Amino acid sequence: MAVLEENEQTSDVKISLRNIWKFYDGNAVLKNINLDVLRGEILSIIGNSGAGKTTLLRIMAFLERAEKGEYIYDGTAVENREVIRQKVTMVFQKPIMFNSSVYANVSYGLKIRGNSRGEIDKKVKRALKAVKLEEHAKRRAKSLSGGEQQRVSLARAIAIDPEVLLLDEPTANLDPGNVQIIENTIKELAKSGTTIVISTHNLFQAKRISERVIHLHDGQIIEISTADKIFSSPESELTKKFISGDIYF
Amino acid sequence: MVRSGITTYLLIIVVVIFSLATIGCSQKDEPEVMTISTTTSLYDTGLLEDAIAPAFKEKTGIELHFIPKGTGAAIQDAKNGAADAVLVHAPSVEFSFIENGYGLSRKVIAYNFFTIVGTPEDPAGIKASDPITAMKKIAEAGREGKAIWVSRDDGSGTNVKEQALWEMAGFDYEKIKNEPWFRNTGTGMGKTLLYTNNIGGYTLSDMGTYLKYRKDGLIDLEVLVDKGEELINIYSIIAVNPEKSGRNNLDRVIEFEKWLSTEGQQILANYGLKEYGRALFYPVSQADERTYQWIVEHGFFDDNGRKTECPKKYRYGDLNFLES
Amino acid sequence: MFEEPINAFHLIFSSQEVYEIALRSIKVSGVATLMALCYGLPLGLIIGFFRFPGRVQLKSFFNAMLGVPTVALGLLLYLMLVPKGPLGSLGLLYTENGISLGQSLLVAPIIVSFIANSIEAVEKDIRELAYTLGASNLQASLSLIREASNGVVLSTIAAFNRAISELGIAIMIGGNIFVRDGAYNTRVLTTAMQMYVSRGETDIALALGLILIGIVFTISSISNYIHGKLAGD
Repeated sequence: MAVLEENEQTSDVKISLRNIWKFYDGNAVLKNINLDVLRGEILSIIGNSGAGKTTLLRIMAFLERAEKGEYIYDGTAVENREVIRQKVTMVFQKPIMFNSSVYANVSYGLKIRGNSRGEIDKKVKRALKAVKLEEHAKRRAKSLSGGEQQRVSLARAIAIDPEVLLLDEPTANLDPGNVQIIENTIKELAKSGTTIVISTHNLFQAKRISERVIHLHDGQIIEISTADKIFSSPESELTKKFISGDIYF
Repeated sequence: MVRSGITTYLLIIVVVIFSLATIGCSQKDEPEVMTISTTTSLYDTGLLEDAIAPAFKEKTGIELHFIPKGTGAAIQDAKNGAADAVLVHAPSVEFSFIENGYGLSRKVIAYNFFTIVGTPEDPAGIKASDPITAMKKIAEAGREGKAIWVSRDDGSGTNVKEQALWEMAGFDYEKIKNEPWFRNTGTGMGKTLLYTNNIGGYTLSDMGTYLKYRKDGLIDLEVLVDKGEELINIYSIIAVNPEKSGRNNLDRVIEFEKWLSTEGQQILANYGLKEYGRALFYPVSQADERTYQWIVEHGFFDDNGRKTECPKKYRYGDLNFLES
Repeated sequence: MFEEPINAFHLIFSSQEVYEIALRSIKVSGVATLMALCYGLPLGLIIGFFRFPGRVQLKSFFNAMLGVPTVALGLLLYLMLVPKGPLGSLGLLYTENGISLGQSLLVAPIIVSFIANSIEAVEKDIRELAYTLGASNLQASLSLIREASNGVVLSTIAAFNRAISELGIAIMIGGNIFVRDGAYNTRVLTTAMQMYVSRGETDIALALGLILIGIVFTISSISNYIHGKLAGD
């Protein structure tokens, strides 16, 4: 299938995955993945549970290493994972909070990078404002609700102004209020040039916020398309089935 | 923040080393110490800590550390090198201790009488009997289901005396202690008295503990038998042989023994008079003729045909050793 | 029933001896806790962080040691520290330091277990979170330690409370020595309580017990406060 659209150029590619294979206990969870993530786009990965969405994101985040294949970032093959981790950050499905205040959580990445106190304060406040949690800065992060914690996770990721932001089912199990805040934040972020990849099983969400959509099933990419096309006229049978609602097969 | 964590950790190490050092240091320029293992019944009367130790410290500046453990454990401590002397009241045990080379310069210090106590009802009718008759009556009443005897069964000085009494009355202690009317507490004098009080039985007690518990209203038991040669309770001090213990306080122990046998005697005699209206201990130097004979009979050892408080070959130091 | 203890309480608070005993309890057990921290903290970190052969067994050992009876430990130490024993030359028997040493061995498992378990519980999650936020290996490890540090405060308090409340070691190694104005006294609250009980003076024992409970409660409250403050920063 065509990975690049006709009028794209290689310099538009942020991350390129070539022939990626990933195994757990001898089973292949990702099979021959070939994928380009374009600079500044919002890309959704849809698929049922167990399709390998989380694994794919973790490989992009360099939290896991593929057994086979290449990872190319900004046109160069990646060797040093620490360098990538500075530029690519992931928000996990289940929010993990440090046992400290919301402020301390959000400022973590900035402290690591050696920002000055003033800088940190500015960026943290801005991030908290984006997710609408300014008043909760002093509260213990673990005392917040699930949805609020996920917003903290997002603020934490935004604060460090990453080049690539990966989100693993960021709004699963959240109430509509929280969902909206998060989606708006993501859209704002994309406007400023951040490359965003989201995995979701919520088709409506994928349609709402992303430009391109990838359908992942059983470790393989079934179809890549634009948000409109994949829902109106999916090409493969599996994708048709998935979209039509046979989601839980 | 991590830096502060490491700093805290280092600070803790410094504090620990400092406090360990100072706890240790303060001992350098402080008074000399003597460690004496003793029995709980003696210690619990308060005589040692409240009367003997302060008086001796005032006179000589030497601090006495009394470790109450029970006769068996006190002997064990001495063998382990943890004590400079032992102060106990079990002559048979003391004899083995000396014969095995662990003890030197034994001096009998004081005596009092054990007492057979029981409920005022006295079902076995032993009041005012002599000790051996009393034991026989108790056994008889016990076998008839009318009385209960309580034993400490813990190898203490009191228990050793109790066993001797049973032997003298013609019973085998190891056998009768399993009979239904014979209870064993395996614990100290105080708890044994409380138990005896609760079940309305008889038991053998040292005078000091009994008086204390009676005065505090913890028991209603009465002294039924307190006279008789067989009830004599003899307290002695024995220095631990430095060759066996590895300690080098022998001269101080001798000094203490000397003091105990002279000025200490009156302190012994006075202790408890105010509190209980009667003395808890009688100094051996003030024993009358008849009592002295009892002491010789039950508390002295054979030494080439003579009876003495300490056989010649185990004597050390400038002390006046009693002989019969 | 409460008249006696209340009288005793009054007596007690005017008694020099009681202050000395209470302070000694705190000092001896405090030193013991700090000692346990000194070697327990690194040990807990090592067990929590590194995978080495025998690690699981070592962890089980410390978990099991949490419940060791103090009198058994006290007896064991007595046999080691007695002058004729293997460690007799240290001269620790019947000294405050001896008690501190014994109590530190008693409570160290609390600290080791707590920390090792704290680290294990959060390791994977926190480490990955740190990595994805740009931390290096070292930085991630330090963050892990910081996350487990709440365990440190709580376990230190638990350790201190256990140390100050135990009797078996204090009595076998300490000997309950008390000489007025003495320099080598080893009497602490627990050994004093036991002595007064065995003498039938239960009201004094009760009053001492209340003091001991009071100390434990106060220390717990103070550290809860500190813990709360730390978490809020």
